[in-house]
Amino acid sequence: MASMRDIKRRKSSIQSTGQITKAMKLVSTVKLQKAKVKAEQTRPYSNCMYDTVQSILERCDTVQHPYLQGGDSPKKAVIVLTSNRGLAGGYNSNVVKLITRGELANEDLDIYAVGKKGKDALARAGYNIKMDSSQIVEEPTYADAAALGRVVLSSFAKGEIGEIWIAYTSFKNTVMHEPRLMKLLPVEREEGERQLEAPMNFEAEEESILDMLIPNYITSLIYGGLLEASASENGARMQAMDSATSNAEEMIEDLTLLYNRARQGSITQELTEIIAGASAIS
Amino acid sequence: MAEKSFSIKIMTPERDFYEGEALMAEFNTSEGEIGVYPAHIPMTVILKPGVLTLTQEDGKKTAALHTGFAQIMPDGITFLAEAAEWPGEIDIARAEAARERAEERIREHKEDTDIARAEIALQRAIARIETLK
Repeated sequence: MASMRDIKRRKSSIQSTGQITKAMKLVSTVKLQKAKVKAEQTRPYSNCMYDTVQSILERCDTVQHPYLQGGDSPKKAVIVLTSNRGLAGGYNSNVVKLITRGELANEDLDIYAVGKKGKDALARAGYNIKMDSSQIVEEPTYADAAALGRVVLSSFAKGEIGEIWIAYTSFKNTVMHEPRLMKLLPVEREEGERQLEAPMNFEAEEESILDMLIPNYITSLIYGGLLEASASENGARMQAMDSATSNAEEMIEDLTLLYNRARQGSITQELTEIIAGASAIS
Repeated sequence: MAEKSFSIKIMTPERDFYEGEALMAEFNTSEGEIGVYPAHIPMTVILKPGVLTLTQEDGKKTAALHTGFAQIMPDGITFLAEAAEWPGEIDIARAEAARERAEERIREHKEDTDIARAEIALQRAIARIETLK
């Protein structure tokens, strides 16, 4: 049996780990609340943007536009949204798995990494990291998303890439986060009948509307993705830290039991020794 | 007879900026400034930085509205703008500074300056200043 001192040492080390995980859980709970509010505020905008783009596409089937056709290049850009810090359970590896599981061929991918963890994991797996903008993960702004969107769109315009994808974690609710891989460009038309209210008129040329609309659309999707990813990250971390804390508590309980047993054992032994000594004298 | 007022919805990525009723809306588009009354034909327009004026029963409301687009429907307008500000939220000193900076960039016209972006920045600064007037 382990000695009392060993058990005590082990117990106090687990106790301090538990304190850290508990603190981390509280921090990510607060951050989650903030990120959640932000993500929810953006949702109507991105939804409305999505609906508008879809309805415009529906009304002008015949329009030929590079943003709708896709490039000739077999290369695909993937924007990968992960976190800069670990200890978030399966959050980062789930996003990375989306890419490594092989729907998209390795050699055809240019990775635009946002988040150190995803960047490192993909670099290790031999993917081509085109750009790393991990610094925007912590507090994403619309301007950051716009800057990233411009970079990707300009290499699309130059013909370096033929498709643009985004891999992120969509935030369903506090306990459900779903890693998603979504195609941004070429814009896909939603299948199925939709109710058309009235034919839409355009004041400017349809092409120039699309020219201006699609970059906006991409930016809003990237921005929405960033916010949802940050909410999911904190949600995932909160869950991971919660289970770590309860594991620590469980271990402490077991160790306390062991410790008490060891203490009892040593007391009994001491008593036996004293009695044995006393009876030897008399 | 068409309805007298129609709904106005202004959304930006950061927040739902405004939701309410108005009798008329005036704003700046890529084809020039327009005013829209209720029961307009469905139309999508591109927004340019400018002043949005909402005429309501109890007076007028103004706001600075930056790039984006607007979907006009007979019963309302939905604005999707990259940014929007009430007059109280505008920092006049910053706007003036931004205006000078943008003008400078356009005047110098260096090779690596992105003129289109400088122009939008200038329009944005002017829209802010105009809103405060």
